[in-house]
Parts: sequence; C-alpha cells; structure tokens
Amino acid sequence: MNDTPFVIAGRTFRSRLIVGTGKYSSFAIMAQAHEASGADMVTVAVRRVNLLDRTRESLLDYIDTTRIFILPNTAGCYTADEAVRTARLGREAGLSNWVKLEVIGDERTLFPDNEALVAATRTLVKEGFVVLPYTNDDPVVCRKLEDAGAAAVMPLGAPIGSGLGIQNVNNIRIIREFARVPVVVDAGVGTASDASLAMELGADAVLMNTAIAGAQDPVAMAEAMKHAVIAGRLAYRAGRIPRRAYATASSPVEGMVGR
Amino acid sequence: MRITLNGDPFEIDQPLSVSDLLARLAIDPRRVAVEHNRIILKRQAFSEIIVREGDTLEIVNFVGGGAL
Repeated sequence: MNDTPFVIAGRTFRSRLIVGTGKYSSFAIMAQAHEASGADMVTVAVRRVNLLDRTRESLLDYIDTTRIFILPNTAGCYTADEAVRTARLGREAGLSNWVKLEVIGDERTLFPDNEALVAATRTLVKEGFVVLPYTNDDPVVCRKLEDAGAAAVMPLGAPIGSGLGIQNVNNIRIIREFARVPVVVDAGVGTASDASLAMELGADAVLMNTAIAGAQDPVAMAEAMKHAVIAGRLAYRAGRIPRRAYATASSPVEGMVGR
Repeated sequence: MRITLNGDPFEIDQPLSVSDLLARLAIDPRRVAVEHNRIILKRQAFSEIIVREGDTLEIVNFVGGGAL
C-alpha cells in the first residue's frame, strides 16, 4: 500500500520513527539501536563541552550523518530565552536550522510551559528556524504553535520517560484532525503497542528515547518500534472497523450441519 | 590572565584567538559552537576573535539526549 511521504518543511523522511540519543549504556549500543530502528532522524542535546574528558569521544562519531538527519533539541531549558539561546548554539554546532524546541515548565512532570513555548517558537521562526515544538496534548496550544509558524507539532503521549503510553487518546485524535502541519507524538511511549496506537490515531510520526534506550535489550526494542510504527500507520490508512458492543458472526449462518 | 570558560575560571598566558584556544583544549572546531561574551560566533570567525582577560566563553557540543 503506497503511502504519502512523511515530509516536514519540505524535507522527506523514509521512516516515521524518530529516536533519541540519550540514556544508552554505550555509544556502540546506541548506534546498533539506531540501525535496528530504521530511523533517519535522531535528536541530540546541546551541552557544554566536558573539558575534563580527555577521551574526546564524540556522539557524532556514532551517527552516520550521511544517512541520518540530526535534530538538535533544547532539552532542559526552562525559559524561552534559554531555549532560544540553546537553539542558536545548536544551529552553529550542527549547521542546520532545525530545532526540537522544549521549554519545560515543571521539574517533576517535565510538562511544557505553553506560554513560553509559543513565544520561543515565534522568535525562532522569525530567525529562519524550522521549529518542532514539544507540546502538551492540547489542541488549542497546538493551533497557537502552528499559527506561530511551527513546522510540526509534537504533543506528548505521557510525561517524558514515564512509559505510560498515550494518556489522552481523544486529544491526540483531535490534534491530528485540526492540524495542518505534521503531528509527531513525542514522549510517553513505553512499548511497541503505544507506538502503534499513536500511528493508528493518525499521528504522522512518533519520537521516543527512553522506551528504546531503557529497555533490557535496546536493539531488539528498536526493531520492535520500527515494526510497530509501520503496522500502526498501515492500520490507520487501511481504516479500522467500527467498535460494536455485540458480536457479528464472520462465518455464514446457512448450511450448519444437523440443522 | 583569567577568563571564564564554561562557567569556571580558566587561566591563559596571553590573549589568543578562539581557534588557538580550541587547539590548546584539543577540541575539534567542526564539532562545537562557541559563544564569546554572549555573542554566538560563526565558525569562520574563530581565527579572528581574540579572547582577552575577563572574557566569558561557552563551548558547547552535541551530547546524547532525547528530551529532559
């Protein structure tokens, strides 16, 4: 079944699975997991260079940037100013104007600060950035982000790293219905069925990190997620049957033996 | 001469270019972004910008992370 390509800001991606680069036990395992996931976009954080680490082993040595697009993020930023500054630094470090924009509003839940997120989106879009904001699963905020020029919206399924799966199925469905830009469910996925569900709801892609990196076998989980995203997407496009309260037989009722 | 490098005091003997500082720190300039006194530098400017006493530098790179 031929699918429409997954395109953000004019750039086409082969995979609808976007993965992170954090929390892996080693860069080597991360690289294997990336391979198994089939992802062609990975997100990276921007941090001070560790001046005491003499090994100078770089994350980028383990990412084939000829095949994989690097999406810098502003993870850990708590104000619009901090996020904008980090996005600008990420642009210089990576020479791409894309950013996964995070402005966190609360330490325990890591929920986004909507007001600051919209403000930072507006600022960065004016500076020519392709902004992919990590947002609450709120259709109204998603619309504001879109109006501010976001190239996609990335509503959370559940709190970052929680593995709770999609908590507000209906909101994700409504966000997809309203949005004129791609919808990427970002955060909260725990296992393969969560990723499938996100895709079945019509999400254009799913972004995850902990679900893969934190699994007992990250490489196997990465492969599971690859299939889950493909399966969920196919099911969405195939069009599921309506839910009914009672059974409908799938075998003919005529010709029963002995009747 | 003292500068502030990634939030900590750092001693240099004399004013030097950002390129020279990165070389001294064994940092590959193609892998980092540098902010000099709150101004983000273009990579081509690394050899021209001189770091002097009291300056503040941030040198950042990409590290593993999905979201935080």
